[in-house]
Amino acid sequence: MNVAVAKTGNGRAVSDLFASAEGRLPGSPAVVAVRREAFETYERLGLPHRRIEEWKYTDLRALVGEVLPLAASPDAAALKRAADAVKAHAISGARKLVLVDGVFVADLSDVKAVASEAGFRTLRETLEKDAGLLKTASTDAVISLNAAMATDGVVLSIADGAQLSAPIQILHIATAASASAFTRSQVAIGKGARATIIESFVAAGAEAYQVNDAVIVKVGDNSDVAHIRLMDDAPDAVNITSQFVTIGANVKFNVFNMTTGAAVSRLQGFFTLAGEGSELSVNGVNLLQKTEHGDTTLVVDHAVPNCVSREVFRAVIDDRAHSVFQGRIIVRPDAQKTDGKMMIRALLLSDEAEADNKPELEIFADDVSCGHGATAGALDDSLLFYLKARGLPEKQAQALLIQAFVGEAIEQIADDDLREHVIGIAERWLERRQ
Amino acid sequence: MALLEVKDLKVRVEEREILHGLTLTVNEGEIHAIMGPNGSGKSTLSHVIAGKPGYEVTDGQILFKGEDLLEMAPEERAAKGVFLAFQYPVEIPGVTTMNFLRTALNAQRKARGETELMVPDFLKKVREVSKSLNIPQDMLKRGVNVGFSGGEKKRNEVLQMALFEPSLCILDEMDSGLDIDALRIAADGVNALHSPKRAMVVITHYQRLLNYIVPDIVHVMSKGRVVKSGGKELALELEASGYAQFEDAA
Repeated sequence: MNVAVAKTGNGRAVSDLFASAEGRLPGSPAVVAVRREAFETYERLGLPHRRIEEWKYTDLRALVGEVLPLAASPDAAALKRAADAVKAHAISGARKLVLVDGVFVADLSDVKAVASEAGFRTLRETLEKDAGLLKTASTDAVISLNAAMATDGVVLSIADGAQLSAPIQILHIATAASASAFTRSQVAIGKGARATIIESFVAAGAEAYQVNDAVIVKVGDNSDVAHIRLMDDAPDAVNITSQFVTIGANVKFNVFNMTTGAAVSRLQGFFTLAGEGSELSVNGVNLLQKTEHGDTTLVVDHAVPNCVSREVFRAVIDDRAHSVFQGRIIVRPDAQKTDGKMMIRALLLSDEAEADNKPELEIFADDVSCGHGATAGALDDSLLFYLKARGLPEKQAQALLIQAFVGEAIEQIADDDLREHVIGIAERWLERRQ
Repeated sequence: MALLEVKDLKVRVEEREILHGLTLTVNEGEIHAIMGPNGSGKSTLSHVIAGKPGYEVTDGQILFKGEDLLEMAPEERAAKGVFLAFQYPVEIPGVTTMNFLRTALNAQRKARGETELMVPDFLKKVREVSKSLNIPQDMLKRGVNVGFSGGEKKRNEVLQMALFEPSLCILDEMDSGLDIDALRIAADGVNALHSPKRAMVVITHYQRLLNYIVPDIVHVMSKGRVVKSGGKELALELEASGYAQFEDAA
């Protein structure tokens, strides 16, 4: 069967997206070949739509329509705006690596401090030699598109035994309106290392832009790692992020995601427990309002025995917003003594708010302890009245109960300062609501 | 001076009239007891005064310090000095008692145009009051009422009463679910708060509570009305003869 060339809304062939960007995409001829192949995969599949099971609730053809052209490299004015955004969003004490419109900006980053404790290169640099980072097992269209179009990213390698004295914060800043940024990063953590990686997505004056990010994380044996992602893109932006995480033996890996922005967002995380005795904790909070669509899709693959995985997610959905949570736990035949639990709770603040929760267990081993739970409901009127009878106005009473609701997920963040930071984000979101 | 004036109050819940013209006046400094059988409308009265949704006032009025209470949202009533000690205080997981107390107190102060209480002053006050009520400090760090015993929940209500310093305290079945020791601690807490400016309305089935909180005036409610009022001896009379006579009278 022939596949027709998909057309974008304004009639340009989709392949224009790649052809017009190709001159700006870094990489050796071998890399260009990998990109072409990835783009062909994307072209064949097109944007995911509701008839693809994994994207059933997040139909990008309906929600997004077309992929915007690649953002231009930031000019001086854009960098000035980005610098202000860095000041506003830098986490105190963290060492920053800044990507502006998909391009790494050394002048805004703490390259020296990062390099003092970790190996650091940009994606652009690694692609001069090797296309390896563009290759992932997935054939998902948005991931293929990312491989074809990725302009830059950070490539971190933390040595065996390294104990990072400060968190590393990767800041994605959008300054270009009506354009796309494609980034791809890798964080490789050595055996016995200890590290905290933070990723932030923010806008610096830009509107209606699209972010497509991919992160590859490799976690070495006996390491202790926290990975925090804070997505606060512009209210009319799109953010699609794919995470590929492979976890070694006896690891403690603590993941948290906070979604407070973007008109359409999807975080898809693919976690593989590949070494025994590890504890994976994946948690998150989505705060959605207006017509925002926020999707969290996770696959936790227990490939070996004796691992623990925990997922605690909370979604707060106001106005006509739509929350999607899809969580799959896979327990492979050999993965005996697996302990996997997943809990998603959605709080609907309006009659028109919508939540789709889809937990799935695929268990092929016979000696495991796995469970999942999903709830959706409104605030409890009897609790609201109690608080009002004690003097709290309606919105403040709601805010207190919402804070308590999301608190259970936020509590999973081990670091006190980061936990307080995330609580602050939730508080400001609630204040804006009032 | 009259603090609370309930005049010919008629209240419906889902098309059914519960209060059929209730009149009650509570002056500053007085302790009133409202007694009556199940279904006589005691709790409805307390809920309507506090502003709980779901009740329709079809006639009559409630004045508090001369102002129309029914025009006010529940939080305004709280800030003006109305306090309802709940029969069944709710559990609020994830909100620590300490955070709740400070948020509520400051919300009331803000509504009255007062400055927020500074944290050290607040903590000092909480410690003093909780000590006198035998409330351990670690209880204040837990979620509001989460895992509290019946007695602890009621002591937590009294703690709030002491902190918020309302001028009208309505105690809805404070004795329900409490053993004698728990009841005595809670009642001692209430008595300590009694003052010439502060009035109490004690709603109860049983005379037992009134051994600890001694009323100035006892009202008997039956079928949505106050059918008899008298001195504290009325409670004893009720204990001896039961409510049947008043049900017939109503």
